Amino acid sequence: MSGATTAAPGSRRMAERPWLQLLIIWAVLLTVPLWLPLVGGYTALAGRVLVLGLAAMSFNILLGFTGVMSFGHAAYFGLGAYGAGLTLKFLAASTPLAMLMGVLLGGVLGALFGLLIVRRRGVYFAMVTVAFGQVAFYVAYSWNDFTGGYDGLRGFNRAPLHLGVTTIDIVNNGTAFYYFLLFVFAVAVGLQALLLASPFGRTLLAIRENERRARFLGIPIERHIWLSFTISCCFTALAGSLYALLNNFADPMGLHYSLSGEIVIMTVMGGMRAFWGPLLGAAVFVVLQDYISSMTVNWMSFIGLIFVLVVLFFPRGLLGMLQRREGA
Amino acid sequence: MNMLEVTGVSKHFGSLRAVDDVTLTVAPGELRAIIGPNGAGKTTFFNLISGFFPPTTGEIVFDGEVITQLPVAARVARGMARTFQITEIFPELTVRENIRIGVESASGLRLALWRSRAEAARVEAAIDEMLTLTGLTAQADRLVGEMSHGDQRAAEIATALTLKPRLLLLDEPTAGMGEHETYQIAGLIRRLHKNSNYTIVLIEHDMRVVFNLADRICVLDQGKLLADGTPKEIADDPRVQAAYLGQAE
Repeated sequence: MSGATTAAPGSRRMAERPWLQLLIIWAVLLTVPLWLPLVGGYTALAGRVLVLGLAAMSFNILLGFTGVMSFGHAAYFGLGAYGAGLTLKFLAASTPLAMLMGVLLGGVLGALFGLLIVRRRGVYFAMVTVAFGQVAFYVAYSWNDFTGGYDGLRGFNRAPLHLGVTTIDIVNNGTAFYYFLLFVFAVAVGLQALLLASPFGRTLLAIRENERRARFLGIPIERHIWLSFTISCCFTALAGSLYALLNNFADPMGLHYSLSGEIVIMTVMGGMRAFWGPLLGAAVFVVLQDYISSMTVNWMSFIGLIFVLVVLFFPRGLLGMLQRREGA
Repeated sequence: MNMLEVTGVSKHFGSLRAVDDVTLTVAPGELRAIIGPNGAGKTTFFNLISGFFPPTTGEIVFDGEVITQLPVAARVARGMARTFQITEIFPELTVRENIRIGVESASGLRLALWRSRAEAARVEAAIDEMLTLTGLTAQADRLVGEMSHGDQRAAEIATALTLKPRLLLLDEPTAGMGEHETYQIAGLIRRLHKNSNYTIVLIEHDMRVVFNLADRICVLDQGKLLADGTPKEIADDPRVQAAYLGQAE
């Protein structure tokens, strides 16, 4: 699934074993409900890893594979969450419809906003994405009647899945819900892998590597950055809608720039040039957060410290470092 | 018909006339060199032809069509490709991947999410052809960023050639290279010119390269076209000797 596009720079593709990496990742993810309780975890924690991992991998389409930095991706995550929550609360008790509406809300607003900013580069691009994110935050924060304001959107529940012949209870059965999340995650990252390994995906790599050369090969840079941004927003919104289903709750902090920062941290810590890097980063982040926050309210300082150490000693991220060692 | 006709082209940056009323034509299959002292406006002239920015005055005709105001992508689509003074490549990708991006872009696969088996075979064959042409077959799976300067330049030229350009613009292809690498790149340009019949305009500082390769030479000095002729005419021109060659000795 990883293919040529995920080859870590500096390592030889021949020396890498993508199938082994895939085998390990899927073996771990598929057996989570079996071993996680034994090591003191709980299934909802694994659900958080999947959801935030999907958000970080979606963000990485933009950062790692197009070379464009957004500091406001929480906006699309939060819009996805509100889209799903509002659908369940006001429209219909349908989990698939909630996810679809979440993706549409985040994706359409991302696409429109993207049109305005694709000519910006570097820090200017990042700054306007922060600004849009904060606009979305304050709308959700202030619109008490509709979004629940500061307290967040409550009073909705994910609905059981009706598959014609059978109904899967993802409402009360935590394990069933985990496998539902894993299924959506698998489909989403499968699509991402196909996208990145396609000729279109290679044009994004070209833009990341050298925008001037890409332009002089006839690639319309702005259009492709816009497509990458929009696709990234859609997948991030999907992750956000799953987050609303996971918690039966959507709150303005899901739109806040601090979450955007956390998505960046997960991605960079895990390794932004590796396809699976952001998932590893999300796993480390979520588990550390859960563990350290049970001991101190200042958990963020510890995560910050670990982030600094990772960046200093493994500049290619945790997975980038592993791949390099394997290739050496 | 001429491949390139430049008529009275100027580019002003404020009060600086970087390119000042230059007129020249390039015939199909010709290898034209542009020389001149540093700051003569050679790269600015290239940027005008390739569409980096529009000229202040004048007209540029490419293969019978006025392209003076067209953006880069439109010129690329009409068959113009260029390389840069500082090699512009995709450093963290292999040579093969660098070339593949060019081939796919030129084949209109830019938005494709999928390649048919026949398409994939055609793309890979085109990549192999380009590797052979530029002598990079043995290096195909190396990361371009880790290769020697000369091989990087060859890879950049290979990527530009994927567009099947009717006009190839090379900005100082041997800049900063040693003896061996200069020889390697000069040989490649000669093959492209003699065997593959590309129309090439190049800016070059190495006089041995220029006088060995070029059919005709243009001399720019302070933005103006000082002389235009065969290598022999240029070598014998006293104005050129005064402005440029004498200074370089």
